[in-house]
Amino acid sequence: MDINDARSILTVLCFASFIGIALWAYSGRNKARFDEAANLPFAEDELPASRAGSETTQGKAS
Amino acid sequence: MSTQATYNYKVVRQFSVMTVIWGIVGMLVGVIIAAQLVWPELNFVEWLSYGRLRPLHTNAVIFAFGGSALFATSYYVVQRTCHVRLFSDALAAFTFWGWQVVIVLAAITLPLGYTAAKEYAELEWPIDILITLVWVAYAINFFGTIAKRKTPHIYVANWFFGAYILTVALLHLVNSAEIPVSFWPMKSYSAYAGVQDAMVQWWYGHNAVGFFLTAGFLGMMYYFVPKQAERPVYSYRLSVVHFWALIFTYMWAGPHHLHYTALPDWTQSVGMIFSLILLAPSWGGMINGIMTLSGAWHKLRTDPILKFLITSLSFYGMSTFEGPMMSIKTVNALSHYTDWTVGHVHSGALGWVAMISIGSIYYLIPRLFGQKEMFSTKLITLHFWIATLGVVLYIAAMWIAGVMQGLMWRATNPDGTLTYSFVESVKATYPFYSIRLLGGVMFLAGMGIMLYNVLKTIAGRKAYDAPVLAPIAAQAA
Repeated sequence: MDINDARSILTVLCFASFIGIALWAYSGRNKARFDEAANLPFAEDELPASRAGSETTQGKAS
Repeated sequence: MSTQATYNYKVVRQFSVMTVIWGIVGMLVGVIIAAQLVWPELNFVEWLSYGRLRPLHTNAVIFAFGGSALFATSYYVVQRTCHVRLFSDALAAFTFWGWQVVIVLAAITLPLGYTAAKEYAELEWPIDILITLVWVAYAINFFGTIAKRKTPHIYVANWFFGAYILTVALLHLVNSAEIPVSFWPMKSYSAYAGVQDAMVQWWYGHNAVGFFLTAGFLGMMYYFVPKQAERPVYSYRLSVVHFWALIFTYMWAGPHHLHYTALPDWTQSVGMIFSLILLAPSWGGMINGIMTLSGAWHKLRTDPILKFLITSLSFYGMSTFEGPMMSIKTVNALSHYTDWTVGHVHSGALGWVAMISIGSIYYLIPRLFGQKEMFSTKLITLHFWIATLGVVLYIAAMWIAGVMQGLMWRATNPDGTLTYSFVESVKATYPFYSIRLLGGVMFLAGMGIMLYNVLKTIAGRKAYDAPVLAPIAAQAA
């Protein structure tokens, strides 16, 4: 087996692992954990200062 | 240190303010070289000639402006989404001051003509070593912070920031492999020769686009767009898939910079195919960012920070459509070496990279100084419109100029001779160089407005460090 076979195998392995990642990401079992992760930027009681900041922005919006 | 009650906002403040300063410096140099193309007599001393200022412009806007924005936002996001203070305050200070020294050294050595002659990697070997040290400190600090996080998940923005930090380390080490021959004047020779040197350079060059200018700024996007829109990202699953697609694909796109050169033909074709595939993960990110606003589109009307963020994603979508198209060999035969390439780069650099950074910095500055909002929201709106009009003028001028140049260069008479001499294409480009200069001046003016707004926001205000809060219970499960 020469080095080019190894290169081809690596390409196929990369592709297979990508398919695996896509299946894993879209499997129903993992929905909850991804929803949880998606909310990480909001998993904090923001400081009065910054919270007030976003509310002010909203206030002007309405 | 890890038990301190506040986040390390100091380093974020430092990098945020320097983002604005270096943005103005880098874009000013860009305006100067754009003016030199209109009025060549402006090349009055060798240190300030076009050939020396052009690498100073690219290095300043990419690594000084873009780099500072990435340091600021990655340090902020990793702390806030991991609910811990940075791994090390000392390393954070070292990355700030080390990076500033790198920038100052670049501003001295490039006008002196010291260059490794590799695009976006012009800095000579002693500076390369300093960059390596700073970057290793950055990586330790970033991944050290992730390692001690209080949350079960690593938020997707941190995946993008992490990929950018790791890959830039790899790119810098491989492409900057060189044999030093003297310290002053600084001089080294590349460890590679011939077409291998060209391929290594453009493997580096395109991945600098892919990981420095894309992955890093997507990290920014995945935090600041949801925060400013006040809703979670449209599809977290899409973010996972397009992250890995981007990682697997970008590495192979570099050969499209070397179409119709001594690079083997099959390598060019591989580069072209992977560049075409890249459309999918790029648009995955663009769609994910823009759709985050679905159900809250009305916020775009009144919130200029959101305008910056969402417009940047539109430019990202445009330039990542244009890029794959230009990588097609037959299109490249027309576009390469023309100003179309310059237009494409600035659609990405001004439209995407600069605008997402500007939006993020406007989000950060008040929070870093205990303020509710920027000094003037109207000035942010003004900045947005002058910057957007500037970009549009700039890229439209360069598109027209580029296609015209490509058509003039390839035109032949029935007897096979060239229809136009090169200088005729230069002459025909003049009006477009003037329009481009106007676009650049407008974008720079926007940055001036931003500096004024930032200074008014922080003048007389105390620096503010937010306390570290435990993740709320529902999230800690």
